[in-house]
Amino acid sequence: MSQQLTKIEPLYQPVDLEVSPATFSSEVEAEIDRHLAKYPVRRSAILPLMFIVQRERGYLDPAGVLYLANRLGLRTTDIWEVATFYSMIYTEPIGKYHIQICKTLSCKIRGAGAITEHCAKKLGIQPGETTADGRFTLSEVECLGSCGTAPMFQLNFDYHENLTPEKVDQILDSL
Amino acid sequence: MQIKAIGCEPLQLRRVHIENSRNIDVYRANGGYEAIKKVLNGMSPDDVINEVKKSALRGRGGAGFPTGMKWSFVPKDSPKPKYVVCNADESEPGTFKDRYLMERDPHMLIEGMLIAAYALTSKTTYIYTRGEYRYLIDIMDVAIEEARAAGLVGNNILGTTFSCEIYTHTGAGAYICGEETALLSSLEGLRGHPRMKPPFPAVSGLYASPTVVNNVETLTAVPDIIKMGGEAYQKLGTEKSGGTKVWSVSGHINEPGVYELPMGYDDMEKFIMEDCGGMLNGKKLKAVIPGGSSVYIMRASDIIGKDVRMDYEGLVAAGSSVGSGGFIVMDETVDIFESTKNLTEFYKHESCGWCTPCREGTDWLVKVFQRIADGKGRPEDAQLMLDLCDNIEGKSFCPLGDAAAWPIQSAIRRFPEDFRQHLVGIDE
Repeated sequence: MSQQLTKIEPLYQPVDLEVSPATFSSEVEAEIDRHLAKYPVRRSAILPLMFIVQRERGYLDPAGVLYLANRLGLRTTDIWEVATFYSMIYTEPIGKYHIQICKTLSCKIRGAGAITEHCAKKLGIQPGETTADGRFTLSEVECLGSCGTAPMFQLNFDYHENLTPEKVDQILDSL
Repeated sequence: MQIKAIGCEPLQLRRVHIENSRNIDVYRANGGYEAIKKVLNGMSPDDVINEVKKSALRGRGGAGFPTGMKWSFVPKDSPKPKYVVCNADESEPGTFKDRYLMERDPHMLIEGMLIAAYALTSKTTYIYTRGEYRYLIDIMDVAIEEARAAGLVGNNILGTTFSCEIYTHTGAGAYICGEETALLSSLEGLRGHPRMKPPFPAVSGLYASPTVVNNVETLTAVPDIIKMGGEAYQKLGTEKSGGTKVWSVSGHINEPGVYELPMGYDDMEKFIMEDCGGMLNGKKLKAVIPGGSSVYIMRASDIIGKDVRMDYEGLVAAGSSVGSGGFIVMDETVDIFESTKNLTEFYKHESCGWCTPCREGTDWLVKVFQRIADGKGRPEDAQLMLDLCDNIEGKSFCPLGDAAAWPIQSAIRRFPEDFRQHLVGIDE
């Protein structure tokens, strides 16, 4: 019987046993403590803490995940499980400046497409890509709640609204 | 962009144009924190709930459930802590009112939350704000500390036995977390999957404790209800939809913005054509989605000359609904096939993947839309899409599935010509 079954080859798993948890300054640790104090259950702080790790390390890397697992008393799989659900949590490196162009209906009918084209041409990358120097990542995202001031993009955490190609040039050239 | 009241005295937008409107002193100088004083000076929690019931305030997040009734479902004898959670995960396409309410008048939200917490005997409250609105979380944090310094947040508020904490919490980019049970999952540190109801959050919500989740606009209505009394507030609107409503208006319109109108404002055509400055570039109105992307799309012919009343009943009678109050106005240049494809891509992206009809259904819908857009439309595709919608609507775990189906169903039925040009021989 067992011969009839497909032989299972062990999957290649890139397990890096060398990874050790990330460390942070005492100021950042204190900031993390302030978030943890808000909740009766530590796990609730997972998203605020992920944002802090991202801010400090550029993205949520395996060392950051291990840190969060230790800090929150969870398994690393629990952290990955949550991290991969939310579009603002980055598990891959991302450009220093993340341009997120809203592509949903109100922005679309007020010219979001032209803004995307302009950014793509200017930066020489397509949505979903990062420039070779790691400075810019271009993304098209869903509604950012800026429909009355369309078209718009979010540059890291800042909203830039009522965009025109000239305004985009101004913003990007000033970086 | 406009921010103003039309047809009524501004309530929720009363302070938005005052300099430093975020500041606690400005808030207090303009009627702020009077309501919480009134509550703590002799109103019982039940008195507060009764005023809110009398006000006929309906939840402004989208479902329109009566707020007072929602509050009365919280069991009084529960030994567990009770939670009030503000839903500031505003993500419904076309909706941006909560953003301006929080940006311009954060103390109004704090006061509303304090009153809700008092009514529900809750000591701990959270404001769950979508991650993209980081700047609003910073604004709220500053306002909460101002209120704390003034003895309005924390222990023994205004020297009474009432104590209440308000904490800000961040989402991280997930439309589904605007659904109240998914929001609670997310606030507990899990993936934002919705939960089975019952049990309703009022009985078993955050940390399996009694919880009320209310939208920003709902909570910010509460201080005025207390100040003027539930009955007076109700009279500003209609019998079943009390008070005023804040609408977001975007798309092909001369003056997009945030507008506060009395519930039951008598003419949607006047609102679009006059109050919001009319159509951009003098083009002809083609369609309006009046309640955020999830409601039925309306034809211009269902609005022009039809005296559509702007409240829950009026919009249902006109073939759509209030939803979150996000108007998306579209002119004659818009291809409704394209606009519906755009929204379907949104729902596919935002489907949380928990249940099969929504996860697979939205994915297939996008595939069919894309194939048609690539010029490979078949005559039977309209029916295929309607069948797919049928297999999602009412069969998915939470309302996101319905919200994905409704725009498509209404668009195919109301704008068959826009679909027909992409297919041959659509069935009407």
